[in-house]
Amino acid sequence: AQRKLAVRQAHGELFRMYEGWRVKMVQLRAQIEAYIDFSEDENIEDGVYTQVCLEAKKLADAIRAHLNDKRQGEILRNGVALSIVGPPNSGKSTLLNKLAQRQVAIVSPIAGTTRDIVETTLDIGGYPLVVRDTAGLRKASSDVIEMEGIRRAVEAAQEADIRICMVDAQQALDCTTKPSDSFLQNAEWQALLDLPHTFVVLSKIDTLKSSDGIQAAAQAWAQSQRINNRIVPISCANMFGWESLMQLLADDIRTAWGTSVAQQMPLTKTRHRQHLQQCLEHLDSFESIGEDMVVLGAEELRGA
Amino acid sequence: VDTIGEMSCNPSFGGIGKGVLVREVDAMDGLCGRMADLGGVQFRILNRSKGPAVHGPRAQVDRVIYKRNMLQTLQTYAGLDIKAGSVADILLDRSTELDEQALKRLASQDSTLATSSATVVGVRLESGEIIRARKVVITTGTFLGGEIHIGLKAFPSGRKGEAASIGLSKSLKDAGFRLGRMKTGTPPRLDGLTIDYSRMPKQLGDMPVSSFSFIHDSVPHANDQVVCYQTHTTPAVHDMIRANFDQSIHIRETIRGPRYCPSLESKVKRFSEKESHLIWLEPEGLPEHTSTVYPNGISNTMPEDIQQKFLRMIPGLENVVMTQPGYGVEYDHVDPRELKRTLETKRVTGLYMAGQINGTTGYEEAAAQGLLAGANAGLAAVHSKAECESQEAPQLTLDRSDGYLGVLIDDLITRGVNEPYRVFTARSEYRLSSRANNADLRLTRRAAALGL
Repeated sequence: AQRKLAVRQAHGELFRMYEGWRVKMVQLRAQIEAYIDFSEDENIEDGVYTQVCLEAKKLADAIRAHLNDKRQGEILRNGVALSIVGPPNSGKSTLLNKLAQRQVAIVSPIAGTTRDIVETTLDIGGYPLVVRDTAGLRKASSDVIEMEGIRRAVEAAQEADIRICMVDAQQALDCTTKPSDSFLQNAEWQALLDLPHTFVVLSKIDTLKSSDGIQAAAQAWAQSQRINNRIVPISCANMFGWESLMQLLADDIRTAWGTSVAQQMPLTKTRHRQHLQQCLEHLDSFESIGEDMVVLGAEELRGA
Repeated sequence: VDTIGEMSCNPSFGGIGKGVLVREVDAMDGLCGRMADLGGVQFRILNRSKGPAVHGPRAQVDRVIYKRNMLQTLQTYAGLDIKAGSVADILLDRSTELDEQALKRLASQDSTLATSSATVVGVRLESGEIIRARKVVITTGTFLGGEIHIGLKAFPSGRKGEAASIGLSKSLKDAGFRLGRMKTGTPPRLDGLTIDYSRMPKQLGDMPVSSFSFIHDSVPHANDQVVCYQTHTTPAVHDMIRANFDQSIHIRETIRGPRYCPSLESKVKRFSEKESHLIWLEPEGLPEHTSTVYPNGISNTMPEDIQQKFLRMIPGLENVVMTQPGYGVEYDHVDPRELKRTLETKRVTGLYMAGQINGTTGYEEAAAQGLLAGANAGLAAVHSKAECESQEAPQLTLDRSDGYLGVLIDDLITRGVNEPYRVFTARSEYRLSSRANNADLRLTRRAAALGL
């Protein structure tokens, strides 16, 4: 309820801001039109044109700043997108189900269970989240459907706001598998790791031979793999590390997209964004047109 | 008859926006462009540096030459009969006789929703003579219920020295038309021989000259164009005006004057921080015809003696002699929302209106409307004579994309007016495509197809 109130309030402020811009725009247009229609007969004050250009630039900068809010408002409206990716059988679907606290995804020991993207909406620390479970990533497979699933998985990960890259702890730390087999070397995987807001989760640590010194081992492994992201060892079976993971996610969301009092007004509607972007295009065009083409410039202002 | 071709105010045609209208009129075979070319004594294209979309062809015109040519052309125009007289009343034919009540209800009909309740059958002159006509076009300019103001004096008149049209005002009201009142003004006229031009910046005409008419390749007076000069008012002038505000009845807030052509009193009042206002000294014609100068920018309604006094405070005019004082005119006009796009009134079939009576200001605006209204009246008359009752008469209707005339009419009939309407390039959202240089491309074929 508190949040709803805050959003409503923000909308009122938003309207005032937009209205202020519109009035300014009308003023600029009026000055340009006066300059075109009157400056020869009457004595329009000098520098009207330069003044208009200055004001238009200020306006354009303000709109640009508003648009560059990292999709804050929309995220608030639609939820942070979180994608869980990783090699097959690393425990992604289990994680999803645990997060959702219900059996959203099918879980089985057979690798390649998840083929399509399974998503559900959650609340973490008060922030809305859309979590997507994906097909296990592995190199070329003969199964066409699985390949499509993998492609979608990578796409979902790239477009997401937050990524959880899950790796089976046993496979990673116990070094029983040959490095060349694992997907971890793949270029795409590396690229994902390099994206911001990406965490590496070592799952199924309950299956490890010893669970002490886990953090140190995890760090060592990370160093050997040259992974710079935060590593969180967890076990869905005994809930080890669960709280740290939740805390980590909530903190990350809050620092990236949380609203604080001093913040700019969030843009919530895509429609608004589109209009503002078009307006900005016109304003930028106006700026690039020189004084001799002032009539064309006036057309741009009209479009804005 | 000899008042035909008289220019009431500024001896010039064209300007920003207006120049395009003159071209459009010319493109449809109207006369004022051609006449302005023949009588033009200084030609300039305004806004030259800002691109063709906002070019405004303009010319200072010799009053004598203009009048002579216009009169001659009209008197020899095939199929045109000219009759002089004062119209007192328009004669209407109502399908059903209406009583007081019904007439009242008619008058209270909203301009935009008015429906036809009568047909025009002619006009009656002051002399009693009746002229029967199928179609009537009213173009009363600023004469309808016209009242001139100089200082505190007010007397009925449409233009200095000419009687106002009173009876017609009443007839229109009786017919149910909504009338409004507007004001405009004109500056004093000066004797050019008493002006000291030596320290004033000059303004020369363009060379080569760009004619108004698409038919003309050149203009007769291109090589002896007159020179215009620039001067300005001074704080002393402003003080004098301020001190005498109470001597002028023109500053009545309820009656609207044009914001774009403000009187000197308005300028001083509204822009009190401005130390001086620009004045253009424009000769009214060739030196062999006149030495009168028109000071553009100082229209006012101060008493005559005050006018003479403050004129002498203007640089260069220390010894000037005023040949005619400036004055204001208040006049009635009809709410243009009473009109259809053909400029026929909604209330009375066959009655058309054009010009200042519709709330516009400027010769160009009037000429353009006149052309359209006249064309439509003519087309309708011919059509009804041929008795093709089943079809609609062909009419000339223009919309906004056709040009400034289209914009002018559309603005008038859909929005009405609350001050004298003048065209600017800003009025037309099609400014980039409706230019002075393509008026013929846009309109000539249309007009010719209708027989103009």
